[in-house]
Amino acid sequence: MQIAELEYKSIQYRRAILSSIAHAGAGHTGGSLSCTDILNVLYNHVMRVDPRNPAWSERDRYIHSKGHSVEALYVVLADKGFFPAEKLKTMNRGGSHWVGHPTRKVPGIEQNTGALGHGLSVAVGMALAARMDGRKHRVFTLLGDGELTEGSVWEASMSAAFYRLDNLVVIVDRNTLQITGRTEDVMALEPLEERFTAFGYAVRTVDGNDVAALVDIFAQTPFAPGKPSMIIARTTKGKGVSFIEDAAEWHHHVPTADELARALAELDQAELRWQERYATITTRHSESTGLF
Amino acid sequence: MRPLQLGIPNQQVFSDTLLELAKRDRNILVVTSDSRGSGRLVAFGKQLPDQIVEIGIAEQNLVGVAAGLAAEGKCVFAVSPACFLTARGLEQIKNDVAYSDRPVKLVGISAGVSYGALGSTHHSLHDLAVLQAINNIDIVIPADNFETRAAVLAAISHPRPLYLRLGKKPMHHLHAPDADFTIGKASRVRRGDDVAFLATGETVEIAVQAADLLVERGVGAEVLSIHTLRPFDEPAVLEVARRVQAIVTVEEHSVYGGLGSRVATLLMQAGVTPSLRIVGIPDEYTYTGSQMEIFAHYGITPSGLATTAEALLEGKRMAA
Repeated sequence: MQIAELEYKSIQYRRAILSSIAHAGAGHTGGSLSCTDILNVLYNHVMRVDPRNPAWSERDRYIHSKGHSVEALYVVLADKGFFPAEKLKTMNRGGSHWVGHPTRKVPGIEQNTGALGHGLSVAVGMALAARMDGRKHRVFTLLGDGELTEGSVWEASMSAAFYRLDNLVVIVDRNTLQITGRTEDVMALEPLEERFTAFGYAVRTVDGNDVAALVDIFAQTPFAPGKPSMIIARTTKGKGVSFIEDAAEWHHHVPTADELARALAELDQAELRWQERYATITTRHSESTGLF
Repeated sequence: MRPLQLGIPNQQVFSDTLLELAKRDRNILVVTSDSRGSGRLVAFGKQLPDQIVEIGIAEQNLVGVAAGLAAEGKCVFAVSPACFLTARGLEQIKNDVAYSDRPVKLVGISAGVSYGALGSTHHSLHDLAVLQAINNIDIVIPADNFETRAAVLAAISHPRPLYLRLGKKPMHHLHAPDADFTIGKASRVRRGDDVAFLATGETVEIAVQAADLLVERGVGAEVLSIHTLRPFDEPAVLEVARRVQAIVTVEEHSVYGGLGSRVATLLMQAGVTPSLRIVGIPDEYTYTGSQMEIFAHYGITPSGLATTAEALLEGKRMAA
């Protein structure tokens, strides 16, 4: 998918994320908006998946280890056609499978997550199985930066390097905030690049809210033969809406009707700017995606 | 009664059986946490190096990686001391295996007080309680070499997450080689109509010896090996509970949350109330010693269990 199209999708995904969280009355607004561009690029440009056949054996695997940001994943999977977009309106409703953290009851989701520090180990197991069987698909997983204080992340990292899993791509959504405040104030993570390098990853840092930069960095994976790839995606929590950006209190704050209206108005402006920038292809994409 | 014949440790039967099966099926994998020695998997590792995944001393990662391998269709046995596997790795068992419905075979070795005098860090007296409170994980605790081999054979194609609880001491043979074994069906080892021992794992052979003592004293004693705690064989337990005067449950586990609790819950709710005594490790700082010394301290001996059963029957007679 072209950069212009990806950028357009990110705007529409952010609309749907905010609208579905407001509709559900619950959700993780900040972290979903910070990883929107990463999921967009993964599902629309990088990974091989087949929404009509979610269990296709040659698909690339994706594990959403930062499970609380499930709204972003639901929106992207709905847009890909894994399930009808109408399901987004059942989020958190009694009896719905579209609950506040991912489960395999939802088509397209590989693994139940939500407790932090679990996804990377499962991804290591999947990547190891692919290697044992000589299969070519890859395994991707997205971790939150707050999640990195879980010791199991470092257990899993040791094994990823030990087994030389260059079919594994780990992305950290480095938005520098967790529920209490700055990661560096809660429990410092830096120097993160050096720490991951010491644990055996080939590490790159990228602007995780720049789809062009993400497309470019994913194209370079694996970064080194025989090493798992680590992408530190520097993002802004709440990206795309001025009053939500970089604010710890928006970790799981739900937009009020007024806040939603103001947020969507900002995204309207973002779409206008997008149209000006890509005037020649505007007509193709100016319609709503119908996600929400 | 003919004395019971001594076999080998159930853990050895497990590894012998698994090696035999894995030689014929490359899809069978062992994942281990620096536990090849206690797991008796040194031969497996030497003969099938491509089918053993070493994780190091990292039980959380052990279970998570096992779940990922199982997600890709591997037949995975995650082998680690029961004390660490079901405590350190508990959240991974709950979420990555049970909740995510990955048919991993979790093998808790040197379970209960097998490690004896190594102390309470190395005892697993909580594992049955915590795993029974987690949905979607079957629990199998073989009593002897026969049940262990049958359980491993059944585990290969078992469609759900499974916990297999094994000990390290040589076990006596309780079953004929052509006996039936089905996960979820209790196995009758002795038949009697006065008192019943419902026992599990390495305590079953002690219950059998207690039953044989009672028979010499004119008391009919039944012994069921409850080798599966989930799915629990409710019909078998209810049938025996309606037939006998008294039930003694026996387990190498806390008296809370294990077999005894499961039996009591069933019987009370069914309105079937023979006299009941739950024998296990009580709620206290566990006595120090070898497995056999700990068993003896808590009355898990042939004479201790026989005395417990007779006291229950006597109480029943006094009350009548």
